[in-house]
Order: sequence, then structure tokens, then C-alpha cells
Amino acid sequence: MKHTLKPAQYLILLAVMLTASVGDTLLSHGMAQVGPVSLQHLGMLFSAMKNLWVVAGILCLLGFFASYLTALSWADLTFVLPSTAFGYVVVALLSRFWLHEEISIYRWLGIILIVCGVGFVANGPSRTEHAQHPGPSVGQELDPLA
Amino acid sequence: MTYVGTIETWTTIIAVAGTAVAGDVLTAGAMRQIGDLDDIRAVAGLPGAIKAVVSNPIFLLGVLCMAASFFTLLFTLSNVDLSLAAPASASLTFMGNAIAAKIFLKENVDQRRWLAALFVCAGVALLAH
Repeated sequence: MKHTLKPAQYLILLAVMLTASVGDTLLSHGMAQVGPVSLQHLGMLFSAMKNLWVVAGILCLLGFFASYLTALSWADLTFVLPSTAFGYVVVALLSRFWLHEEISIYRWLGIILIVCGVGFVANGPSRTEHAQHPGPSVGQELDPLA
Repeated sequence: MTYVGTIETWTTIIAVAGTAVAGDVLTAGAMRQIGDLDDIRAVAGLPGAIKAVVSNPIFLLGVLCMAASFFTLLFTLSNVDLSLAAPASASLTFMGNAIAAKIFLKENVDQRRWLAALFVCAGVALLAH
């Protein structure tokens, strides 16, 4: 049985893609403001929570977590994960066409690889079927002790 | 912005990936155990769906691993260049997850999904250039 997704489920996957990359970008910006954290001063990680960019990043990542969990409740981990990587493509394209940043040939190649990777799984079934009661045919035929 | 040596850099990156894989596999296992959240929400509402998730011990263990991964990532980002730390840990996490999903979750990681994991892994690494 091939599992296909409903339009609402594609929207959840879109949320997984966007919130993860935007959240990571906000966190990165916030941590650059907080500065280096050493092993001797791990408490600084908690003071980083006072930074608005870090807080905004965490809120974004909470949205990611909610949509990610929802997706995992009806799809395989190896189906959902490539869609999180698609967020990198979104950020790269935004930085090229909105912020007018230059994208190197390596990055374009990376974008093409990720798009191909996501395309591979998007065309396949979203969930592995685990038989609750194994049928008498296939398993027994293959079992040499049967 | 790299403030630490090669060994410490890769130790923290591997720690981020390892805890992330553990978190992903545990939460995915928990969500499979709980069932379709859309169906639960239709019957018990949003509070019922949240209760079903947060009362699952495997989910809580997964969140603990994810929290460890998050704080390790924060620590790594403050010491290692983002352009190395983010793609390196993400690439390792993708490959680790494909292997762990096959072993622990018994997911059907067929040729298509292995290729996807490899392509995404290589693609994320190339984005760092």
C-alpha cells in the first residue's frame, strides 16, 4: 500500500522546512552577539536566553518541533528528515534573490543535490507498513526451519 | 571565529550529531507508538494530543537527548565557525539517522532513501563552501 499525503500534511512538511532554517539563522545571529562560551563558563548558555534573537530562534524552533512531531506521527523518520534539509535551500535562495548575495558553484551544486535527495523520498511511500499479524505465506516460505 | 583545536571541534560536532540522532530516533519511535496526532486531536482536542505526547516516557527521553544536542550546538556555535559546525553536524545527523532508523525503527530504508540521505548529506556539506 502506497501512502500518499493529504494537502494539509504537505503544509505541515512546509512548516518543518521553513521554521527549522529560520530558527537556526536567528539562533546563530543571537549567539554571535552573546559571544564565545567556554567550558569553564557553561552558565553563560543560560544567560544567552536573555538575548531576543536567541528567544525568537527558540520560539521558531518550538514551532518546528510541533510540526515535526505531527509529521512523524504519520510518516517515517527517513521520509521527514530530507524535508528539513530543504530549508537550507530556501535560505540559500532567499539570500540570493532577496539579499542579493553571491552563491558559489559549490552551493548551487549542494542545492541541486538536496533537491534531488528530497525528490527521491517525496516520490516514495511516506510510511513503512509493519504487519501486526505476519501472514502465513511470505515469511514461512523464506524460513528454512519452517 | 574558530577558537578551539581540531580534536575539540570534531568532538563537539560528533556530540551534536550523536545526541541529535538519539533524540530523533527516540521521538520518532514514540510518535509511532502514540499514533496519528491528527486523529487524536480530532477525538481529544489539542490538550488531549499534547497530553498523549508529553506523557510518553520514550518521547521524554528523546527530548532529553534533543536538549543535550541543542546545548552542545549552542556551545559549538560559540567556538566553531557556523559554516563548518552546522553543515558538518547536519550531514552526520542525516547519515546517522538513516542507519539508526533502519536498525532501531525497522524502517524500510530502500535504495531510494539511502540515495536521498547521501545526496542530502553531500549537498549540505557543499552548502558550506
